[in-house]
Amino acid sequence: MRGVIVRCCAALLAWCCLAGPALALSAADALAVARGDTDERIAAIHRLAGSADGRAAALLRALATESLKFSETQVFIVEGERALDALSGQPAALPDAAEDAMLNNRLRGALDTALAGIELFTAGPERQREAARSLQRNAFNDPDPEGLPLIEKALATELDAGARQSLELAQAALQLASEDQALRLAAATKLGEARQAIVRPLIEERLKHEASADVKAALTRSLAAIDRRLALASGLGQAFTGISLGSILLLAALGLAITYGLMGVINMAHGELIMIGAYATWLVQGLFRQYWPEAFDYYLLLALPAAFAASAAVGAVMERTVIRFLYGRPLETLLATWGLSLVLMQLVRSLFGAQNVAVENPSWMSGGLTVLGSLSLPWNRLIILAFAAAVLIGVSLLIARTRLGLFVRGVTQNRPIAACMGVNTARIDTWAFALGSGIAGLAGCALSQIGNVGPDLGQAYIVDSFMVVVLGGVGQLAGTVYAALGLGLLNKFIEGWAGAVLAKIAVLVFIIVFIQKRPQGIFALKGRSVEA
Amino acid sequence: MSRMPSPATVVLPARAPLLTRAGWSAFLAALLAVCALAPVLNLLLPAGHPLHLSDYMVSLVGKIMCYAICALAMDLIWGYSGILSLGHGLFFALGGYMMGMYLMRQIGRDGQYQSELPDFMVFLDWKELPWHWALSDSFLATLALIVLVPGGVAFVFGYFAFRSRIKGVYFSIITQALTYAALLLFFRNETGFGGNNGFTDFKRILGVPIATPSTRMVLFVLTGLTLLGCFLLARWLVRSPYGRVLQAIRDAESRTMFCGYDPLPYKLSVWTLSAVMCGIAGALYVPQVGIINPSEMTPANSIEIAVWAAVGGRGTLIGPIAGAFLVNGAKSWLTVTFPEFWLYVLGGLFIAVTLFLPQGVVGLVKKLRRGGSA
Repeated sequence: MRGVIVRCCAALLAWCCLAGPALALSAADALAVARGDTDERIAAIHRLAGSADGRAAALLRALATESLKFSETQVFIVEGERALDALSGQPAALPDAAEDAMLNNRLRGALDTALAGIELFTAGPERQREAARSLQRNAFNDPDPEGLPLIEKALATELDAGARQSLELAQAALQLASEDQALRLAAATKLGEARQAIVRPLIEERLKHEASADVKAALTRSLAAIDRRLALASGLGQAFTGISLGSILLLAALGLAITYGLMGVINMAHGELIMIGAYATWLVQGLFRQYWPEAFDYYLLLALPAAFAASAAVGAVMERTVIRFLYGRPLETLLATWGLSLVLMQLVRSLFGAQNVAVENPSWMSGGLTVLGSLSLPWNRLIILAFAAAVLIGVSLLIARTRLGLFVRGVTQNRPIAACMGVNTARIDTWAFALGSGIAGLAGCALSQIGNVGPDLGQAYIVDSFMVVVLGGVGQLAGTVYAALGLGLLNKFIEGWAGAVLAKIAVLVFIIVFIQKRPQGIFALKGRSVEA
Repeated sequence: MSRMPSPATVVLPARAPLLTRAGWSAFLAALLAVCALAPVLNLLLPAGHPLHLSDYMVSLVGKIMCYAICALAMDLIWGYSGILSLGHGLFFALGGYMMGMYLMRQIGRDGQYQSELPDFMVFLDWKELPWHWALSDSFLATLALIVLVPGGVAFVFGYFAFRSRIKGVYFSIITQALTYAALLLFFRNETGFGGNNGFTDFKRILGVPIATPSTRMVLFVLTGLTLLGCFLLARWLVRSPYGRVLQAIRDAESRTMFCGYDPLPYKLSVWTLSAVMCGIAGALYVPQVGIINPSEMTPANSIEIAVWAAVGGRGTLIGPIAGAFLVNGAKSWLTVTFPEFWLYVLGGLFIAVTLFLPQGVVGLVKKLRRGGSA
């Protein structure tokens, strides 16, 4: 009984709506959007989108969120418990027989376009830009000439400059299939100016069907412009990852440049000192999370000195108990420090378990910097790059300007004379070794921000960091820097066309060949010390 | 005291025999133990007999004898020529892979996919054997490759390294890089060596089933004979003039050069010989343990060979063999009873031997004996 009354009222209402031509949204349109053949529904959606009517926008939004129902004569927007009549926006009773308006992918695409169009006419500049971008995306992904009138209408109105640019691109994408040759030509040129990877398949597709030679030439030119930009971006991206890898190698090798390069100690446990630094970072991070979560973003400030101190302490103990007895016997030092590395690894395994531990980045290190449209440079890599530079400067100042650095250089160059001058050479050895180890700890702290932290962490870096020091030449910080950055770049560039494993092999082979030619590294020490 | 007496006063000592009388007796005893005692105790005595040699012991000792050959090879270049190689695991693995390829072909159609091709190739959807497998179905060719491939790699690498006079730690680190590069290469499926699974599931060798006690015993005896043969060869070498020059190069390379010797052929030949010995050891090792994969090439494995030689005593020939048995015996005992302590013990061994026992166990025994007689 009630149903009948409702239906009568509804019919009356519908009739009222139909009767009033001033109302932009008609019941017929609303029903056409809600049900029927997909093609017809899409046409109806496009029609409504151009009407710039608030009720139409609400209807389309409801369809997009699948909260639209319809009966024989009427369309309802369902909002939680209650239903609104789509035409009037007034609450209405939902008939039992009301069906859900279904969606498919084509409809969703058309709806996206339509809603973006509505945004364009009604919203502020921020949302206009967003809507224009979404229109542009749709036009590139699925160029449907049905959307063209909407875009042209929008272009004719007052628009934000960014939004206009996006819309013009979208227009060009759609005009590419136009009948008019002049329009096609303009579109082809326009698309080339965008220099975006996403346009590429569109142009290629068109090239296959294009009959006109002029348009073809324009398309080819645009394609070339896009490819140039893409090549530039990928080249820069590779250079960045290469420099980033180089900065990591540099951090890992800087400590070695002191212990091996200056002191001549082959420390195979260097990788484990890096690992200890990473674990120290992990511990500090855990403490912050437990006791001081509000300051979590700043835990690195404490983790850096902690990592330095932990590794330096372990290094000092190593030097005092083992390494000092092996000075001048490099092969024995190699074996003993390898033994130390096994012990340290197993110690960490016993203390913290064999599994990798998770070190969380502070929030300011996540995300990245986007340049050239498509190239994203992660913050953590950039920060590590800066950190490596800072550590490098710090170490070179320390060696060149401080009293400790003076003593270290003195002991390295001539131990007996340094001792005659009153330098406690044994203590300087310990300090220098601890310094090198501490820098390894800093490297560990940095590495914990970009990779896994586990007992085997150091193993991955030991071969690489020795390669850097050997390639760079002993006793030279500058050589270490060039070697680290060079190896990083070389590795990543070969990786670009040969894959990661082959790149690694190629780099190792390159080093082996290079050492044949220059056994003392890039920067050879001259004079007697070479044979020592 | 002048270190270089003038030629007129040089009195060359009489050539000592290859082994002393006691040495020959010990050698013969070892020969008998390997060729007669072990087969009898393992095959003829019933399993419950107190003197029965279990299959586990046979394979363990067989494995360790392969390691001992490696240690001996390491001693030739490290102990006698002063070249520390951290890449001998590569030569060991190369020999093993050559043998492994032959054993893979011997599986024939008995693999999981019943194909002529080894299973992993079927799995990768390869239709025919890659070129480097061409000789793998012939046993004789495999034997030749076991010598030629590690020897060839060592010769080429050694030629360039020694020619540019790379020595000491530089050489060690570069050999390590070489092994590491090879490890990465062999991990790839495209290389055609089974990727990180390597070769396993061997069925037969020379048409004979491989897992039976008698085959295992034959391999055991062969390994033992090879070890003893290598020992005699090394003994003969280091006592020959050639060996003397090697030791001179070890102690003072520049001075040896000024005496008119070119170190290159000496170093290169002993380096290649050492690699070949390791390759043979690898080839004997694979059929006994039934698997070869790239993990044999990890830097850690190569450096462990050095520790066997160091523990036993460098610059003696019995030392590395003893070292291989001591370290690996301890390893197989500890990894079963206290698995978490093994790395502490191994690490401690590295440190203790370099700090306190530079002459290794053999040096310690000698010192004790001398102390006792004095």
